[in-house]
Amino acid sequence: MSDLKKIKDEFLSKLGGKLDISEINQIKSDLFGKSGLISTQFKKIGTIAEDDRKKFASDLNIIKDELQDLISSKVNEFESAEINKKLEKEKIDITLPERSFVQGKIHPISQTIDEISSIFSEIGFSVEEGPDIENEYNNFTALNTPENHPARDMHDTFYLDEKKQKLLRTHTSPVQIRTMLKDKPPFKIIAPGRTYRSDSDQTHSPMFHQVEGLHIDKNINMGHLKGCLNYFIKEFFEVDKIKMRFRPSHFPFTEPSAEVDIRYKMKDGKIIIGDGDQWLEILGCGMVHPNVLKNVKVDPAKFQGYAFGIGIDRLAMLKYGINDLRAFFDCDYRWLNHFGFDPLDVPTNYRGLSR
Amino acid sequence: MKITFDWLKDHLKTNLKEKNLLEQLTNIGLEVESAESLSADNGLFKIAEIVKIKKHPNADRLKVCDVNIKENEIKKVVCGAENAKEGMLTIYAPPGAIIPKSKMKLVIAKIRGVTSYGMLCSESELNLTDESDGIIELPNGYKKDIGKSYFSKSKSNLIDLSITPNRPDCLGIRGIARDLAASGFGKLMDLKVKKIHSKNKHTLKVKINKEKGQGCIAFGSCLITNVKNSESPNWLKDKLISVGQKPISAIVDITNYVMLDMNRPLHAYDADKINHGIIVRNSKLGEKFTALDNKSYKLENGMCVISDSKGVLGLGGIIGGTRSSTELHTKNVLLESAYFEPGSIRNTAKKLNIDTDAKFRFERGIDPLSIEDGLNKAVKLIKEICGGEISKIDIQKIEPYKTKKIIFEPNVFEKISGFKISLKEMVKILEDLGFGVKKYKKGFKLDVPSWRPDISQEVDIVEELVRISGYEKIKFIEPIKKRKKSTLNKYQKLFHFLQRSVASKGYLEAITWSFTDQRYNDYFRDTKKEIRIINPISSELGVLRNSIFSNLIMYMNKNLDRGFKDLSIFEIGPIFNGSNPGEQNTVVCGLSAGKKSRLSWIEKDRNVDVFDVKRDVIQTLVEAGYDSQKFFIDSETPNYFHPGKSGRLFLNNKKDQIVAYFGEIHPNILKQVDMKTESLVGFEIFMDNLKLPVKTLNDLKVKFSFSDYQKSERDFAFIVNKDVNAQDLIKSISSIDKSLVKDVKIFDVYQGGNIPENQKSIAINVTIQSSEKTLNEADLEQINNLIIKTVENKTGAKIRS
Repeated sequence: MSDLKKIKDEFLSKLGGKLDISEINQIKSDLFGKSGLISTQFKKIGTIAEDDRKKFASDLNIIKDELQDLISSKVNEFESAEINKKLEKEKIDITLPERSFVQGKIHPISQTIDEISSIFSEIGFSVEEGPDIENEYNNFTALNTPENHPARDMHDTFYLDEKKQKLLRTHTSPVQIRTMLKDKPPFKIIAPGRTYRSDSDQTHSPMFHQVEGLHIDKNINMGHLKGCLNYFIKEFFEVDKIKMRFRPSHFPFTEPSAEVDIRYKMKDGKIIIGDGDQWLEILGCGMVHPNVLKNVKVDPAKFQGYAFGIGIDRLAMLKYGINDLRAFFDCDYRWLNHFGFDPLDVPTNYRGLSR
Repeated sequence: MKITFDWLKDHLKTNLKEKNLLEQLTNIGLEVESAESLSADNGLFKIAEIVKIKKHPNADRLKVCDVNIKENEIKKVVCGAENAKEGMLTIYAPPGAIIPKSKMKLVIAKIRGVTSYGMLCSESELNLTDESDGIIELPNGYKKDIGKSYFSKSKSNLIDLSITPNRPDCLGIRGIARDLAASGFGKLMDLKVKKIHSKNKHTLKVKINKEKGQGCIAFGSCLITNVKNSESPNWLKDKLISVGQKPISAIVDITNYVMLDMNRPLHAYDADKINHGIIVRNSKLGEKFTALDNKSYKLENGMCVISDSKGVLGLGGIIGGTRSSTELHTKNVLLESAYFEPGSIRNTAKKLNIDTDAKFRFERGIDPLSIEDGLNKAVKLIKEICGGEISKIDIQKIEPYKTKKIIFEPNVFEKISGFKISLKEMVKILEDLGFGVKKYKKGFKLDVPSWRPDISQEVDIVEELVRISGYEKIKFIEPIKKRKKSTLNKYQKLFHFLQRSVASKGYLEAITWSFTDQRYNDYFRDTKKEIRIINPISSELGVLRNSIFSNLIMYMNKNLDRGFKDLSIFEIGPIFNGSNPGEQNTVVCGLSAGKKSRLSWIEKDRNVDVFDVKRDVIQTLVEAGYDSQKFFIDSETPNYFHPGKSGRLFLNNKKDQIVAYFGEIHPNILKQVDMKTESLVGFEIFMDNLKLPVKTLNDLKVKFSFSDYQKSERDFAFIVNKDVNAQDLIKSISSIDKSLVKDVKIFDVYQGGNIPENQKSIAINVTIQSSEKTLNEADLEQINNLIIKTVENKTGAKIRS
């Protein structure tokens, strides 16, 4: 008994002193080496009278643990002191610039298309697409705009052949035709894409973007159209309230037709959507003309619904304060970097359209 | 269409204000584009005469005019108009006047050293018309009015309406008034035009030839003899000026007035210049005539012409000819009021490229029953103002007018509009719009008014009813948030994924036009067919792009010129292979210029190189879910790439479809486009050639297997012929035993030194791991030997000892 206590006291006092790593290691081997003091005591366990053996073993284990813990904490203490000493010599100027990185950007039109798709996704629209080159039939005739219709003048069309049979689509509406010819009603689609008109000035670009919407079912009326667009505009501009006006207009492929205006005001050179005393024309829409439905073999007595067409570039300009339409396509590094979006900013319903 | 409230009041009885009018016009679909006073102080714009012109001493194109503005009060005005000449009557704006178009206030100013007191105005500056070539030239009749204000003192604003092409009736003031009255804005006045009574015979014979495709259905006319054409009375001049028209002479002004008032175009001929009566017929190929625009037109077969025995007098409903035009001294006038088929008008005008006010109206559809009213109204005015004797009215027709009838089932209204109005209200609206309404079974039988060519079926009636009762009555039905079909298909998802994946590698997304400069397109056309646009906006945008590189390189160059040196841009969009719908492919195209690292304290300067773009391509594809282990690459690339530093990529060694090209852009192209950069590399990923994965990501995630047994790495160095690809070595090693060979890395490629010429040394690190046990030395030795043997056999390599 007194042996154990003696060893303990002696070494606790030894370990309490200032030691270097070799001294610690020496102590470790003195105690726990093959013939170390503690190791020797363990060998003795068998020789002790049975009555005392249990207590001896228990005491010995306690002392062993105590000394071992102390030694390893001493070792740790020493090692971390060593590391700290080394680190002191490794100090660098952390204000030096990081390794260079480049940030890519998503074009504001692409971002806007994703935003639009996300909003319409929520109310059950799916995305359809069509080719940029269209035939005259899909772009005009099927859309109730036969040859010699004055409405064709409203579209300055790029043609690819002398017979004017092949052209660059002047709107995304031919996707309506393609979709309805391909499938059976009901239809609930949006079709974003490139569109072309031979018009070029400050507010017109020979290429621009549109999104077409089409909802055909058994009893879709103008109220559904109004509700859908009201929902879309509110969501898109991320405002709670929007003042919107439907006014009669004319498109050959819808009847009745409407143009939609929203209220806005200018504040500090920025456009504020949803409020104010000015009207801003934002899109055209209407109930799909029965002639169009007949052209795609949908029975207008059974099915009806609405269509709309929105200028994507214009929406992007309004939402993001872009003044010049032409800049979209000018590919100026500074502009792309300023108006572009980080690729990780994917517009979704749950995290919102924009940060 | 330009109107004033005052003129509307000729047809409309109302106590409402102009503010209400503007709102109501837009509400019923007659969109107000602008409403403004012709000039804030329109009394300031005076009729004046240029008495003398001198050349400006310091400017070739400018003139210094002495202008008589009032009883020989002469002002010096500097003017740049080419048409300014001595003796010309025009409109003078004094200092202090505000120019209606620019809203600029005039001041006395020195122009190139000569002081100018005011300005001579063009029609466009006064917002009268779009005519901006030269200053207004007033007819001689105005000489007595020098010093007087050109504009009447009317307070009525000029209201510019945008009339949609389906509403020709609203190209006349009365049509607009009718729509307004139907919507509850005042009451339409009953203006029965008094029929003229004459006993005089109409001595000019008119005949419409009955032939195939005859564009003239009816031709009404009246002969007025011994007229004295003169200046119009003030009320008429003021009326025309108030809507931006320039008064010319009484007869011309009267025909314009009737046209604007009731959308009834008329044409006046000098009857003495017509030889033996009028024949309305199809033109013959090669016939020629000189039109009132002083251009000579050569006609094709089958155009509707008004002719006499000598030949063509004019193109019916489009433009008259000089041979039979009226002049100030014309004594005998034949006044025409006809109906021309819209399709025929449009065909002819399009072929000859003529655009006139008459054509604009006839191609939209003129009221066929307005022939007589128009003649009565005009002839009465001519007689009042110019005197003379009137003949009986003669109307030739080749077919009678048939009233269109529509059966209307009232329930259709609510089915389409989603709201209800009473039957009584429906009847009132339709009757106010001029429909004949009769009860028919459960609904109505409607007579469509002759001035509404746009109405032919039930849904057109619905539109009229919704329009007049008000679009604000349409309810908002909240959309249901339910999705039956996924928003994007697999292809669209891939598109969005690639787009954001490439952007995340430091590329700025560009959107450029689908057309391009032929010269640039040619650099990247390779063997593709050129696709021309027949009517391009400019010759620099004359072809559809065969590759996106054409645009990207052009814009890259512009950005380099702006001083940016290291730049990566990309575009995802269509390229075109033919001019038929569908002959296009979606391509992701990227371009990187300059250095990867420049002027860095920590990294060495390094140009972007082909292995940077190769990484971008492969990483993008791997991120999109394609297995890079299977990729197969060779060096056959189009001629716009550096022949030695470019590659093409297939998804696997079957090489069925090219998925991407990448490499250095050919230095010759850089030279030709004068691009100054250290390096230019690019890639094209062909989306349509990417097989859409059959398995979803979920399917792939199900099975998760891994090995916890020890990995071993072994290094090999092989000597191979120079033309052996690294890819062949890697593929032959990884194909030995896929369950054991986990990774193959090339960590050194070396030529020269003690390596024989035409050979190279490739050092490879192979990771070996079993999923069943820890491999022992013997196992490893066996694999090592297998690797060496396989590589040596397959590639002719020799292991370096």
